Amino acid sequence: MRTIVCVKQVPASNEVRLDEKTNTIIRDGGEAVINPFDSHALEAALALKEQLGGTVAVLSMGIPAAAEMLRQCLARGADEALLLTDRAFAGADTLATSYALFQGVEQLGDFDLLLCGKMAVDGDTAQIGPELATRLGIPHVSDVFSLECSGDSVTVQRELGGCVQTLRLPLPAVLTVTRELNVPRLPSIAGVLRSETVEIPCRSAAQIGADEAQCGLKGSPTQVVATFLPQRTREVVELTDTAALLPIIKGGAGLGTGD
Amino acid sequence: MALVIDTSLCVGCGACVGGCPNGALALENGVAAVDENVCVLCGVCVQNCPVGAIDIPRETNAPDTTAQHRDVWVFAQRSEGLAEVSLELTGLARRLADSKGQSVTALLGGGTEDEAAQLIAAGADRVILGTQPALAQMLEAPYTDWICRLAAEYKPEILLFGATPFGRSLAPCVAARLQTGLTADCSVLDIDGETGLLRQTRPAFGGNLMATIVTPHHRPQMATVRPGVMPLPAADAARQGQIVTDDAAVAPGLVELLQEVRDGGGSALQKAEVIVSVGRGIGQRKNMKLAEELAAKLGGVMGVSRPLVEMGWATQDRQIGQTGTAVAPRLLIACGISGAIQHLAGIAGAKTVVAVNTDPNAPIFGAADYKVVADAAETLRALIDALE
Repeated sequence: MRTIVCVKQVPASNEVRLDEKTNTIIRDGGEAVINPFDSHALEAALALKEQLGGTVAVLSMGIPAAAEMLRQCLARGADEALLLTDRAFAGADTLATSYALFQGVEQLGDFDLLLCGKMAVDGDTAQIGPELATRLGIPHVSDVFSLECSGDSVTVQRELGGCVQTLRLPLPAVLTVTRELNVPRLPSIAGVLRSETVEIPCRSAAQIGADEAQCGLKGSPTQVVATFLPQRTREVVELTDTAALLPIIKGGAGLGTGD
Repeated sequence: MALVIDTSLCVGCGACVGGCPNGALALENGVAAVDENVCVLCGVCVQNCPVGAIDIPRETNAPDTTAQHRDVWVFAQRSEGLAEVSLELTGLARRLADSKGQSVTALLGGGTEDEAAQLIAAGADRVILGTQPALAQMLEAPYTDWICRLAAEYKPEILLFGATPFGRSLAPCVAARLQTGLTADCSVLDIDGETGLLRQTRPAFGGNLMATIVTPHHRPQMATVRPGVMPLPAADAARQGQIVTDDAAVAPGLVELLQEVRDGGGSALQKAEVIVSVGRGIGQRKNMKLAEELAAKLGGVMGVSRPLVEMGWATQDRQIGQTGTAVAPRLLIACGISGAIQHLAGIAGAKTVVAVNTDPNAPIFGAADYKVVADAAETLRALIDALE
């Protein structure tokens, strides 16, 4: 069983404030972390390795510093890592990101299962898994919350807003996973020690045979033309006690406003 | 491709430094400088710079075939009958098409003539009714095949999906096959008066900022739209439209549906007339019971903000917001919710909003009709007592 897990480094916090004087956005980003959903994808891969044997490779596209996140994945039990890092990848939207990851997957060779987090918490698009599966020409299921693998097929469950589907896919396949799937393990001390000295392979667009016209900003059909903090939309009335609140709540709930 | 800083324009104000999500910018010798090993060209600084000193010059070598594409298409999802979001999308598509002088087509797989008529009454000029049995199941592969074949044949300019779990999974398959851009979870869509492009506005950076995105050189311009964000159009039974039956084969794909069990799911929040929602300001997990109790007394349901789901205090089907469920109750009582932008986007459809928070400057008050500066748990207790 060979599993590839796609992971993304994201800012630890998405908090933003507006500087009222200059009308500019101030971020309280802080450190970078592994996208929380991707931790669950990695855990699923490690559990499958324990159950069926095989190897786990982690793949990321990011800045050079993302190598440390991949090192943490090795400390948790992944066997192999690959970082795609190049200025040519910068500014990628989902189509260009899925192209680079597709090229990276080719570098990692044959695999049985490719896992991604349901979405990245900084972008919230949930598009990379399905786009990657489409590029690879293999089946996919998004938002998987339960997973059983036999070695040549995988049976999964997903919630589709009103119904739960149980689905079976032949391997190789792509799955994106939710938090409900598992509880990610912490790195072991032995794992940390083992990963400390590993050199994380870093590859440029040219090194993975990627067409630069399809990478990064150049390969991105979408363009951000404005970012802004939304304006307040309602006139607000301040209430100071519960007694004043009660008729509003009763009225809103259709309970009548009398006592 | 690089970030270009015009140091002759830069006034060294540092707005770009504070706004960079990745810490890639610094002031050096009084002007902004970028660390290319950290910058991901996200473009926040370009917007943030008050003097226009930062630019990301773009070059594109995409073959421009945009002129061949016209009309607005919507994917009409079914789920025990026509999904409400399909009608919302059709109403939206009507407005977009009218402002471009174009027509609206709805794609309905495995549906009925009656559902097609509903789409026409909501604003569609044409409904393509896919009758292949594979389209009766909510599976991505057959729908991708079907939609991509039709899109290649008819060349729509705009293609919209509901941002339901299925739509969010299907749309990227279609976008990757058609090699075009896709903007997720839009809350505002309109046509740029100058360029005629679809302006797609969505929450960005975890939902704490809004971003407006365009797809200038690729077609169709694709977006998903959250259910409950766009108004449900009034049905106009007098509207005329064409129903085209399409029975051409579709590739069924390799995913096999073993079982489908209806569970009501998150739709309880979507349908709720009254919602009592709680966020981190509720303090302790056990206080969530108070919200459930008040909700029960008012005939409503409890919802939560994203942090409570992330802390494991509630499951995601309870989450209100752009990344959870967009809600439109008659009454929403938001307790201890600060009001991240993605959350506010998800409650825009609420008729009356009462917000309770200890922080008088909490952003939630900007989206509220009634403001109560108080502790969430205490207020809930007082309201429950008063309703006894």
